[in-house]
Amino acid sequence: MRLDYIVDALSLAADSRSPLRIRGAGSKDFYGGMLAGDVLDVSAYRGIVAYEPTELYITARCGTPLAEIEAALAEKGQMLAFEPPHFSGATLGGCVAAGLSGPRRQQAGAVRDFVLGVKLIDGAGQVLDFGGQVMKNVAGYDVSRLLAGSLGTLGVLAEVTLKVLPKPVAEQTLLFEMSESEALARLNQWGGQPLPISASFWHAGQLSLRLAGTHAAVEAACRMLGGTAAVAPEQLWLVIREQTHPAFAGGVLWRLALPSTAAVPGLAGLRAIEWGGGLRWYGGEAAGIRDAATAAGGHAVLYRAPESLRCREGAFAPLSPALLALHRRLKKSFDPHGILNPGRLYAEL
Amino acid sequence: MPSSEPTFATDRQLLAANLRNVLLAHCLLSDEEDLRPYECDGLTAYRELPLAVCLPENEGQVIDVLRTCHRLGVPVVARGAGTGLSGGAMPHAQGVVLSLARFNKILRVDREARLAVVQPGVRNLAVSEAAAPFGLYYAPDPSSQIACTLGGNVAENSGGVHCLKYGLTVHNVLRIRVVSIEGEIFEIGSAAPDAPGYDLLALLIGSEGMLGVVTEVTVKLVPKPELAQVVMASFADVAKAGDAVAAIIAAGIIPAGLEMMDKPATAAVEPYVKAGYDLDAAAILLCESDGTPEEVAEEIARVTAVLTAAGASDIRVSQSEAERLRFWAGRKAAFPAIGRITPDYYCMDGTIPRKRLAEMLAAIAEMEKKYRLRCANVFHAGDGNLHPLIMYDAAQAGEWARAEAFGAEILELSVALGGSITGEHGVGIEKINQMCVQYKTPELEAFRRIKTAFDEQGLLNPGKAVPSLHRCAEYGRMHVHHGDLKFPELERF
Ligand SMILES: Cc1cc2nc3c(=O)[nH]c(=O)nc-3n(C[C@H](O)[C@H](O)[C@H](O)COP(=O)(O)OP(=O)(O)OC[C@H]3O[C@@H](n4cnc5c(N)ncnc54)[C@H](O)[C@@H]3O)c2cc1C
Ligand SMILES: Cc1cc2nc3c(=O)[nH]c(=O)nc-3n(C[C@H](O)[C@H](O)[C@H](O)COP(=O)(O)OP(=O)(O)OC[C@H]3O[C@@H](n4cnc5c(N)ncnc54)[C@H](O)[C@@H]3O)c2cc1C
Repeated sequence: MRLDYIVDALSLAADSRSPLRIRGAGSKDFYGGMLAGDVLDVSAYRGIVAYEPTELYITARCGTPLAEIEAALAEKGQMLAFEPPHFSGATLGGCVAAGLSGPRRQQAGAVRDFVLGVKLIDGAGQVLDFGGQVMKNVAGYDVSRLLAGSLGTLGVLAEVTLKVLPKPVAEQTLLFEMSESEALARLNQWGGQPLPISASFWHAGQLSLRLAGTHAAVEAACRMLGGTAAVAPEQLWLVIREQTHPAFAGGVLWRLALPSTAAVPGLAGLRAIEWGGGLRWYGGEAAGIRDAATAAGGHAVLYRAPESLRCREGAFAPLSPALLALHRRLKKSFDPHGILNPGRLYAEL
Repeated sequence: MPSSEPTFATDRQLLAANLRNVLLAHCLLSDEEDLRPYECDGLTAYRELPLAVCLPENEGQVIDVLRTCHRLGVPVVARGAGTGLSGGAMPHAQGVVLSLARFNKILRVDREARLAVVQPGVRNLAVSEAAAPFGLYYAPDPSSQIACTLGGNVAENSGGVHCLKYGLTVHNVLRIRVVSIEGEIFEIGSAAPDAPGYDLLALLIGSEGMLGVVTEVTVKLVPKPELAQVVMASFADVAKAGDAVAAIIAAGIIPAGLEMMDKPATAAVEPYVKAGYDLDAAAILLCESDGTPEEVAEEIARVTAVLTAAGASDIRVSQSEAERLRFWAGRKAAFPAIGRITPDYYCMDGTIPRKRLAEMLAAIAEMEKKYRLRCANVFHAGDGNLHPLIMYDAAQAGEWARAEAFGAEILELSVALGGSITGEHGVGIEKINQMCVQYKTPELEAFRRIKTAFDEQGLLNPGKAVPSLHRCAEYGRMHVHHGDLKFPELERF
């Protein structure tokens, strides 16, 4: 596939004011608001454009499967540090557009923290280059990071440059039996100490803790923390990353991003805690969950639910009027004719 | 979209009368002698007197000042400590300076949640000092940290020695409270790992006071490592030192700091700080490791092996905290040390891919001859962020102009080598022409549309950071006219 194909598709759609639904591997169709418009499949625009291990970056076209990227990185002992999920062939473009990160987000940061540059095709069919391939660049507004999580509403991410990191030399996973509240207390206490914790996952009375770093650091932390060593830890973190772990199974699933210390009293249906307490999963209808999350200083995403429910509740927490007005103006500045994934993020965008 | 800068014709009396309605006398400066200290920031070569300086004491007054300026169509330049090096806080002749200096309270340090809520006028170092009793600190550490403010850090997306491992301001700020030019409050981000909607935090950080005025910042605090140790390595040639940097990264090591100084820099610094630098070396590398004692020992051993293999002529490892600080003292005092050997210096701030280091340094050596000025290099080698210090004497006719042209050529070469015209100091007024080299028309237009989405009349810090297309056309023409077009492969207008 050539870039021109995407440019033409967008120009045509802009001319006729007909909405497009940008699609990578389509693995995220369940996520976000309404799916509207003709599908613009960009998965064939693929391939790694540049990879410089000593410069710590990789540039690839949007349709490149994450698996292909990670295989190239693994050959040089490197990784995508935000550990993105790649169930059923997820693409780089979709990964950045969705802006979701995996277990290592707790230690390494989120997708947006690793975006160095993008080639974007905006809603007028213009090709724009933002950022670049160097670690530090403060020339102009940081549009590249703004695009992480924008769900394709501001443009097609044709090409993305990500910062990569070396894989840790040592890794160990420890298991602890403890209640939800004890887990939260412990995670926050450990978080304030210089411990090499790279992931945490609490589910049904068990806390799994992954340590990663130098051999010395991991060994010292294991001695200090106790717990029991997990069998097949890699498999455990894989099913957590890909959400095939039973904690994520069945029915309506809510994703709550909260201050790691927040207590959300009176909410039933806690399924799992990740990211040192910052990410919590709830199942069921969970009446009042959005207000509870907001009151606790975070927000709730109706992550997996029948479309009717998502349309009624909105997938994402509503924005304040001032912020919504700003979002609208930004959306309009990138997509003047409103052709890009309308309604996917908010009904008003 | 207007292609030239908006012009302003402020009615000074009317402005003063309106500001007096919202600010007490001690919060408003308008006599020339009171305005003088605000005429420039750390980039003293560019100066301008504002019509007034507002020193609000609470957020309500910030809102009132902004509403007043919005209503009267008067430009506003926010200001922190004024340590900026790109003229970002340089006043507008038809506008007011809005100083956040009195917003200097640390509102909360939350040990358990590992965050601090601070006002924008709080100094960077003060945050780490307040967090120290809990074994925590704020990671981004610009060399100016003793003076620069969090508001300025947010506006510039400031970095420092520790940013290679711990990230820039954008990686360490969780939430900001912003007042728009219309006087409306936005809360962006939160103490949670993410927030709904677009990542406006990423957009606002590094936006150089062009999109809103920051009135509160929530930052992430991280545990203080138990130990830090630094390896100092000498190299007989600069290219080898550059290759050593790449070799460390290739070995899978991300040091807590990785800095380089060339011979002119060590020569200037050594008599000043007596750090024990190898004065015969063409370049020295400082590579810090932090963590638990076991971890540091493991990493130092690996770094030492890599540096030896990379051809270091001498390697020393700090044996005590005092020695570590001494090794760093020269790097940290490089600017004042250079300031002692030259009447003036001009600090540049380009980033390049690490592998082009040797090439860039060779080109700078050529430029020294071309412009007949000396240049010392101290820089964040780990992330390819160079700070060439061009020495000149403002009292000598023509020297500043040559220094400015020297600097511009370094920036344009940074772009040509695949880098950026600024890694941490911002574009401000200084690099506004080089924005025309780094970006093409469509991107510049996109930046201007973003600006308009936040600030329709273009009142916040006008003339900075994002050039008008008109200006770019002028700049391009100017260079062609002199028959001296640099980097002809780059697109122009
Ligand atoms: C059941 C299931 C559960 C999952 N759970 C998670 C999870 O919890 N967390 C997680 O992170 N991942 C999850 N994933 C994985 C998800 O597929 C990947 O994160 C992913 O990166 C999406 O990529 P994609 O190519 O499939 O995107 P798509 O589903 O095709 O697109 C995702 C979004 O990105 C937009 N988009 C796609 N390509 C572009 C582009 N080039 N430019 C602009 N916008 C674009 C789309 O319009 C859409 O809004 C899950 C997948 C499945 C099937
Ligand atoms: C000796 C020296 C060493 C330095 N070393 C480094 C370094 O290592 N790394 C680095 O990154 N920088 C460095 N700097 C540059 C400078 O210190 C940083 O850019 C710093 O962030 C500026 O902070 P300030 O408070 O002084 O901001 P100012 O200079 O007052 O303002 C800088 C910009 O921020 C805007 N601004 C300020 N406050 C606000 C606010 N509340 N809301 C909105 N906009 C605001 C201003 O309008 C202006 O555009 C150095 C400077 C000096 C003099």
